[in-house]
Amino acid sequence: MRPLAIIPAYNEEAALPAVLAELALVVPGCDVVVVSDGSKDATAAVARASGAVVLELPYNLGIGGALQTGFRYAARHGYERAFQFDADGQHDPAEVARLLTEIDRGADLVIGSRFLKPEPIGAGGAAEGDGYRVGKARGGAMGVMRFGVRMLSGQRIVDTSSGFRAFSPSMIRHFADTYPAEYMDSVEALLLAFKGGFRVVETPVRMRERAAGQPSNRSFKLAYHFVRLTVVMLSSASLHRPARPA
Amino acid sequence: MSAYPAGGGSGLSGKAHVLAAAMSIASLVFILRAVRRRQLRAKYSLLWLSIGAAFVVMAAVPGVLDWTAHRLGVDYPPALLFIVGIIFLLLVAVHLSWEVSRLEERTRVLAEEVALLRSEMHRDPTP
Repeated sequence: MRPLAIIPAYNEEAALPAVLAELALVVPGCDVVVVSDGSKDATAAVARASGAVVLELPYNLGIGGALQTGFRYAARHGYERAFQFDADGQHDPAEVARLLTEIDRGADLVIGSRFLKPEPIGAGGAAEGDGYRVGKARGGAMGVMRFGVRMLSGQRIVDTSSGFRAFSPSMIRHFADTYPAEYMDSVEALLLAFKGGFRVVETPVRMRERAAGQPSNRSFKLAYHFVRLTVVMLSSASLHRPARPA
Repeated sequence: MSAYPAGGGSGLSGKAHVLAAAMSIASLVFILRAVRRRQLRAKYSLLWLSIGAAFVVMAAVPGVLDWTAHRLGVDYPPALLFIVGIIFLLLVAVHLSWEVSRLEERTRVLAEEVALLRSEMHRDPTP
């Protein structure tokens, strides 16, 4: 069964053709679904021209809604492996194989990590690498998120906001049913995965720097969602570990 | 001439304080559980939780309401409680109105798109 690339896209007519072409070249065996999140430009047309299946949302739902649409598509069509891929060219298609290999090895959720050093340090541990830079406020917030995830799950995840991820069939079905709707979805999705007893694996990947434009870094938005996520974490705290679903 | 009982705040006895603290904490737990069960989105819980936390503080620390009121120049401390409560409820009401407006707009778009899809279905019966 071919794996499915889920590509959420909002106004990415400029970058999409090259991204889809490169993906087709490097990962020729995968199907592609592009989810246009209420794009006002030619995103959908451009994606269709490249041969991808296109899901056009009637209005902007945000990354969570776009991804969940992709998961619903994957679940409905019985895909056994799926991976999330960025429309702006930040993800390197050569690393897709590495993510899918971990799924084949039994992981449910594989996180392609920007910050994990490829060589483990010490007894099976991993340290944070450099090479991919983020802003200071965002770095601080991410640090607290990492701590929260570790407290709630017992597992250390270094890159909690990576959008380069692969999913097993049960993870696809779970996310098709329930996926966080708001900003910083990847952290909340991690918590959902741990809560549901899914096996989460983190593996280092190379990512390219963002080609154009700055990532949205407005402090107030970050602070608000940070507080919101803290509430989510507090309400998720549980004393027992759930059994892994079939 | 103060009508306040010794050691208490704003006319509450010690027993009442404990009861208020217990009820406040129960409300906080109730809200957190609703968020956990996804019955309440985390964003709506923020205002409620901050008010709940304020009530826990007021119940747990006798006199904090009186102290705050006198610092702010309010002679009758319960009035501060009412003012803050009213402002909070106004904020919640405004937030809900804003969300309802957003939902109405989105529902309208969905209805319009459904009409378009229906006509496409009739035109093109092959699945």
